[in-house]
Amino acid sequence: MEFGFTTAVYVVAAILFILSLGGLSGQESAKRAVWYGIVGMALAVAATLIGPGAGYWPLSILLIAGGGAIGYQLATRVQMTQMPELVAAMHSLVGLAAVFVGLIAHFEIGRVADFMADGGDIATLGTFAALIAKKTVVEINILRVELFLGVFIGAVTFTGSVIAYGKLAGRVSSAAEKLPGGHMLNASAAGISLLTLVWYFNTGSFLPLFIMTLAALFIGYHLIMGIGGADMPVVVSMLNSYSGWAAAAIGFSLGNDLLIVVGALVGSSGAILSYIMCKAMNRSFVSVILGGFGGPQGEQMAVEGEQIAIEAEGVAAALNEADSVIIIPGYGMAVAQAQTAVSELVKKLRAQGKNVRFAIHPVAGRLPGHMNVLLAEAKVPYDIVMEMDEINDDFPTTDVAIVIGSNDIVNPAAQDDPNSPIAGMPVLECWKAKQVFVSKRGQGTGYSGIENPLFFKENTRMFYGDAKASLDKLLPMID
Amino acid sequence: MKIGTPKEVFEGERRVAMTPDSALQLQKLGHECVIEVGAGMASGFDDAAYAAAGVEVVKTAAALWKAADVVAKVRAPDDAEMKKLREGQTLISFFSPVADEAKMQAAAKKGATVVAMEMIPRISRAQKMDALSSMANIAGYRAVIEAGNNFGRFFTGQITAAGKVPPAKVLVIGAGVAGLAAIGTSTSLGAITLAFDVRPEVAEQVESMGAQFVYLDFEEEQQDGAVTGGYASVSSPEFREAQLAKFRELAPQVDIVICTALIPNREAPELWTADMVAAMKSGSVIVDLAAEKGGNCKQTVMDEKIVTENGVTIIGYTDFPSRMGTQASTLYSTNIRHLLTDLTPAKDGVINHNMEDDVIRGATIAHASEVTFPPPPPKINAIAQQKNKPAAPKVLTPEEKRAAETAAFKAQTKNQVILLGVGGALLLSVGLVAPASFMQHFIVFVLSIFIGFQVIWGVAHSLHTPLMAITNAISSIIILGALMQIGSGSALVVILAALSVFMCGINIFGGFLVTRRMLAMFQKS
Repeated sequence: MEFGFTTAVYVVAAILFILSLGGLSGQESAKRAVWYGIVGMALAVAATLIGPGAGYWPLSILLIAGGGAIGYQLATRVQMTQMPELVAAMHSLVGLAAVFVGLIAHFEIGRVADFMADGGDIATLGTFAALIAKKTVVEINILRVELFLGVFIGAVTFTGSVIAYGKLAGRVSSAAEKLPGGHMLNASAAGISLLTLVWYFNTGSFLPLFIMTLAALFIGYHLIMGIGGADMPVVVSMLNSYSGWAAAAIGFSLGNDLLIVVGALVGSSGAILSYIMCKAMNRSFVSVILGGFGGPQGEQMAVEGEQIAIEAEGVAAALNEADSVIIIPGYGMAVAQAQTAVSELVKKLRAQGKNVRFAIHPVAGRLPGHMNVLLAEAKVPYDIVMEMDEINDDFPTTDVAIVIGSNDIVNPAAQDDPNSPIAGMPVLECWKAKQVFVSKRGQGTGYSGIENPLFFKENTRMFYGDAKASLDKLLPMID
Repeated sequence: MKIGTPKEVFEGERRVAMTPDSALQLQKLGHECVIEVGAGMASGFDDAAYAAAGVEVVKTAAALWKAADVVAKVRAPDDAEMKKLREGQTLISFFSPVADEAKMQAAAKKGATVVAMEMIPRISRAQKMDALSSMANIAGYRAVIEAGNNFGRFFTGQITAAGKVPPAKVLVIGAGVAGLAAIGTSTSLGAITLAFDVRPEVAEQVESMGAQFVYLDFEEEQQDGAVTGGYASVSSPEFREAQLAKFRELAPQVDIVICTALIPNREAPELWTADMVAAMKSGSVIVDLAAEKGGNCKQTVMDEKIVTENGVTIIGYTDFPSRMGTQASTLYSTNIRHLLTDLTPAKDGVINHNMEDDVIRGATIAHASEVTFPPPPPKINAIAQQKNKPAAPKVLTPEEKRAAETAAFKAQTKNQVILLGVGGALLLSVGLVAPASFMQHFIVFVLSIFIGFQVIWGVAHSLHTPLMAITNAISSIIILGALMQIGSGSALVVILAALSVFMCGINIFGGFLVTRRMLAMFQKS
């Protein structure tokens, strides 16, 4: 093999990437893990520039530097609350790159075929073309299928991520919207893609590839448009997975093992995240992707009682008396940018020797682990931030539970009412605490439109108002 | 409007329906307050304090009844007071529509409005006005204190240099508001407290107060307290027998019995029979809070304290709240104030007697020259119906547990074998048709997925966002493809490849940097 050196570097890079993902098992080892990833990436790019990608390398370096400058700006400027948007936007770039690389592979196949027919010399071809030129007919056919898949997944990822970005950034309505025809449109677009695959496989012409690209772009757009805001954690991790699969498919068509390895790693990572998110909502992956909560299966239990409001003084008095406090943040905290105020509150309470902890539901926020990052940004120590399973049994011995901007993840109907649309979803059992305060903008229902009996419980008091403003009012009263 | 409170005329009544504090609150609603001279004296509120709170102090009851638009008092009016009640005036007080039916008719005839405090419906919204509960709370507390006053020993057990003192054993019958208050007082004094109630759903409340709930060996579907608005109902003869048998068993052990069992609109049930009293130790005390309705113990004499032949003291006082005048007045006047808040929704000092309101409708027994008792059933149930609790989870025997574990292990093995089998078959079938060069890559692909699954499960939940950012950055490995292609082929290829390289560049730097930024924020406390 002419690029033995490159292959060796690829092996090292692949191992570094695996270590990098594995290192994320703990907060401390994670800091080292990033460096593994960075070094792995640097090695891979450098080896490729020296070896197979030697042509135009000054241009490549220039482009990488240019892109890097923009990436740097993005990464340093982004607010932690905007992480979901950033991640979605980045997925779209990977998707688009996959489409481009796939298309190039197609052009090259055509060019090399013409070239060979003219009886040209393989040695004069560029590195990638030379690789293709050596392939047999069967291999070329497989290559076509691979690049076709790569382009398809890439295109779905691209438009899907763009829409997901729009929804998360509030530029596209976050409600679930479908064009008339609904899933039939998706199904027919998928059907067209399948037909064009056969067509492309037989002819190798550009037209079917192009039609398929359009169909895939449409699928990505329409699929994500039909999924509502609270399902975004699943969507984003699914797109993450897709971008991995796209890279793997391209890896096959380019015969590059490193691409395959990394693509498979990223793909399975995203798939596992999606699975965890779905499990946390007690919904199947298919039902999330097909959009929206299923209709209720029967009469939902009527909620009795009334929502009792409380002012900051009352909350402060209860907090001053409490020994143990659990805070349950949700997307509302991110929207109100209240995480620093929350952190301030926690600091004050902890200074008095109270046991203050956070309970994080896996789907709180719009991105897996979103709440953890926000709290970390506000300098909340991570060892008081608990997962649902770690803390759910502690609520009965807790004096005060504070719900900040979350709704469905603390809905007792999930356990009590078999007819509720969220029945069976694991929820944080905050109502078992002696007293519950809910910081909430107004009396409306949450994203899913499900009435929350928690708000009507006898030990629940509603602390109405913008989360940040409410907390700022509360802070001076804690002594 | 003018809210007035006369001095209570009932012999020995110390309570008063308005305190200087509540008067201040009433004035905030836009009302004026007026009080009869000396009305608060017995509860420790002198006229000067009222005057300081802006309350007009009038000399005589007659002047007060004349001046006030709303008269708030504690006891139901006597005949003399009934004469002073005039048309258009509102009277708020305890007023039993059954016992005082004639007075209710008379008040309606006069065109006065009467709001009876004991008729406030028991729904959560009305709790703040529920004077029966606040008075029962005091009665429960005081009952224990009176018992202690007549009991010759400590409540709490002690081991002293002068010998060992056993703790007192207190039995509270009926765990309503008064019962729970008695339980709380008794446990905090250190006594061993037992409690009984016919409503099994209160067992949890009893235990939360630190008492033991006395369970009966009796299999009968108990009527749910929710149906009767949170009150007890009449029990079946068989149940009663089981209950009495249990009490008979307890009687020789307990030192103090506090009876609080009442059924609405009925004579108090006899729960502590003569033979139980006889079985009790000398020096024991029975406090019967049901004395007014005949007593849970038939030997009880209303308003008196007696001592039986075998030395058991039976206390039948009915004025426990009045015995704690200051506390009772504070709570009662707050109940009244809350009621007036609901009657003055606009806070403009104008009473709006809204007969559509469940609470106001329920408590009003005479209005607009008509008797409005009994009220229609309230729109909402007092307490949500209890669902039948699912049977307690069966405790598994060790054998069953082992069997379940083996079954789970087998199922898991089966799953894995099937998955491996299917996966292997798929691999083989792909291998049959695909050329060797493809298979090389394919093996790498499958192994990578396998490694990916193994590694990612170990990632901490809290690091999922950094995980996404870093996978994002490394999925830009696709840049390798673009780098390989950029040097070969036409201008179109070069442009597309260059764009790909550029985008991946953004992603690589952006992804890694933002991951680093996030991870740097995670701090230990």
